[in-house]
Amino acid sequence: MSTYEARFRVWRGDQDGGGLADFSVEVHDGEVVLDIIHRLQATQAPDLAVRWNCKAGKCGSCSAEVNGRPRLLCMTRMSVFTPEETITVTPLRAFPVVRDLVTDVSFNYTQARRVPSFAPPPGLAAGEYRMQQMDVDRSQEFRKCIECFLCQDTCHVVRDHEENKTAFAGPRFLMRVAELDMHPLDAAAEAGLDRKAAAQEEHGLGYCNITKCCTEVCPENIKITDNALIPLKERAVDRKYDPLVWLGSKIRRRSGS
Amino acid sequence: MATGTEPPHIHTGVHDPSRAAIGPRHLRTDRWWLAPALTAAGLLAFIVYSTWRAFANADYYAAPYVSPFYSPCLAENCVPMKAGPNWEIFGSWWGLSPALLILVFPLGFRLTCYYYRKAYYRGFWASPPACAVAEPHRKYTGETRFPLILQNIHRYFFYAALPVAVILTYDTVLAFRDEDYAWGHMGLGTLVFLINIVLIWAYTLSCHSCRHIIGGRLRHFSKHPVRYRLWGWVGRLNERHMLLAWSSLISVALADFYVYLLATGAFDDPRFF
Repeated sequence: MSTYEARFRVWRGDQDGGGLADFSVEVHDGEVVLDIIHRLQATQAPDLAVRWNCKAGKCGSCSAEVNGRPRLLCMTRMSVFTPEETITVTPLRAFPVVRDLVTDVSFNYTQARRVPSFAPPPGLAAGEYRMQQMDVDRSQEFRKCIECFLCQDTCHVVRDHEENKTAFAGPRFLMRVAELDMHPLDAAAEAGLDRKAAAQEEHGLGYCNITKCCTEVCPENIKITDNALIPLKERAVDRKYDPLVWLGSKIRRRSGS
Repeated sequence: MATGTEPPHIHTGVHDPSRAAIGPRHLRTDRWWLAPALTAAGLLAFIVYSTWRAFANADYYAAPYVSPFYSPCLAENCVPMKAGPNWEIFGSWWGLSPALLILVFPLGFRLTCYYYRKAYYRGFWASPPACAVAEPHRKYTGETRFPLILQNIHRYFFYAALPVAVILTYDTVLAFRDEDYAWGHMGLGTLVFLINIVLIWAYTLSCHSCRHIIGGRLRHFSKHPVRYRLWGWVGRLNERHMLLAWSSLISVALADFYVYLLATGAFDDPRFF
């Protein structure tokens, strides 16, 4: 097994200030960046704060930025860097910092609460739901989300414009709207809830300019832009900007009155 | 989208006081600027070339080939093309290049295309220039306001792009004639036109709006098996939308340039049979 000394720069601090601290740390074959952060904790910086849980890319806890790119620390292999490279690790730059590599991601939980949950179909009890696989495939792709919030972190709409956080839910929660709107048994419309209208009017779908950074950083390789955001935009076009649909709805309303 | 002309605004973003105090706008160490720079250069090259050719109003027909920039030719000032795409619905009052009448449709289709939007928002407007690289604009409203809210009319340009593709297919069929309009011949130009029309159709059908109209809008695929299958095919094409956008852009420019070279007498069309 080969080892080498890597140069690391890790952001240390809190909301009162901070900066990049330099470290020289041992790296072994097969390790990931989170292993190195743990070695720093064990040998040089015992008070270094980092959030982590599963070390398997499934809990979404250890989100941070490595060399300026939003990544999961546990899924970033050291072998992708050269031994000569200085590796910079910082907290997510779209959210308030708590300490060192830990950020306050409560913005995301606020947005999650704003999306009305699955509306059960009337007349069906739990256990009686029946669906064809082809009808739920689309929604199930979005269920792979581990809520690491890397997509939320990299989305320039909120990353570069703090003021947009009140108007824009971010890709993760627009994807949640898409997941429910495409669900074969979601009875939101019967309950008087228009998810397409909500996506546009309450969750800020129009802010998305489909530059695909959310898709680029997703560790689950969910095609967020192509399969969730663009279809949602097309559904918004159906109800609002399509003159043929508009004309049809006017005629139907008139003939029905 | 930001205009940069709004009154001074506190620039928060990655330098918001609540976030980690990091000076640089980004810490990326890779060549993140290369992709937007190449995209901008490629699009700019096409804009310059197509503007020159669209306004030139010359050298767009060398029997049996007609430049895709001038087809269908909708004004009386078009060169007569035997059995070709002359359709003089604009009569004699149109004095400018007839290419301008038709190019507005493919231009609008590509301008509002979901891929090209990403390309020029990143390449020309730096919104954002690359992922996790802070954009330089103070304010951002995305596609919520005029004029960018008009991007929502993409599907109408998709509808308009379909007949244009049909006419270019017709032109490709006409390319199986020789310069004396006798059928059953094929030259290098025919091959150029064939490749171009395949790429044009593939790009047009891989459009996100097409994918939605074909089946994406459905809730229960199981009730519409034919549309589901078509949606799957369009989806597979859609995964290559960027590749098709670039290859069809290049092929249409090459097809036009080939006709230009023939029309100016630079060389004769090599004949296969």
